[in-house]
Amino acid sequence: MTFEPGDRVRVLTAEKHGHVRTPGYLKGKTGWIESVIGAFPNPEELAYGLSGLPQRPLYKVGFRQIDLWDDYTGPAEDYLYADIYEHWLEPERGTI
Amino acid sequence: MSDHHPHEEVGRTTSPYAARIRAIEALLLEKGVLTEPEVQDSIAYMEARSPASGAKLVARAWVDPDFKELLLSDGKAAASELGMDPEHPAEFVVVENTPEIHNLIVCTLCSCYPRAILGRPPDWYKSFAYRSRAVKEPRAVMREFGFEPPEGVEVIVHDSTADVRYMVLPMRPPDTEGTDEEELAALVTRDSLVGVNVPRSPSRTSLG
Repeated sequence: MTFEPGDRVRVLTAEKHGHVRTPGYLKGKTGWIESVIGAFPNPEELAYGLSGLPQRPLYKVGFRQIDLWDDYTGPAEDYLYADIYEHWLEPERGTI
Repeated sequence: MSDHHPHEEVGRTTSPYAARIRAIEALLLEKGVLTEPEVQDSIAYMEARSPASGAKLVARAWVDPDFKELLLSDGKAAASELGMDPEHPAEFVVVENTPEIHNLIVCTLCSCYPRAILGRPPDWYKSFAYRSRAVKEPRAVMREFGFEPPEGVEVIVHDSTADVRYMVLPMRPPDTEGTDEEELAALVTRDSLVGVNVPRSPSRTSLG
């Protein structure tokens, strides 16, 4: 596992077509590792009949809603969690 | 074999999607990828599951603190303990509503849902409107379902993007101290398990 709970991370902006489990609205957004869910066969390969091996680490990543949407109208304490594979994350050195 | 397609019965839905599914099913059977018993087993699997199972889990958690702890730490083990068959490749995670936090579940990419426990998701859960709005304006979506989180409550949206399926453990409704487990389960709606609403209150139930 590359990341630990509390680490700041940024979702990669890579363009990848097909069965991708990283939603577009999170690409380029910064959040934190909330927890390590485990390791699973890569669904981006499983979907095409491949083995998906080696297994990829999957993290629950937290985001502040106000960091996702410029016009978010709810409180700053509203969060969103998404489950993101490690190969879609890079370390974020700055603060948010 | 008759040249009349076995599914083309009077009264069957004839939407283009249904026709396409039937055509794909017929091809898969013809090519031996699937067998008819496998299709029937799959239908039976789904029909054996319903939101009533989720309601049972919630009601037991409300009356039994040890079970609640198990449900929140190992959802599949808790489901097995109540005689349910939670077997499914995906993880099953239950998130708890508290006086400070209200949880809402969505799958923006498709329609991931804890089917092994709750069965098929409702149509609105699969709609583009719900999937796009639940992440961006969760409070407005909940208002349209008739629920407004009280002042000061944080809303947490869970986008089930990968290998985990989520269910909400709602808060026990007020004024249910003397209510038994079965009656409590009757208060737990499917919508409250997704988080777009909260369970019924006993008075609303008695109005039918």
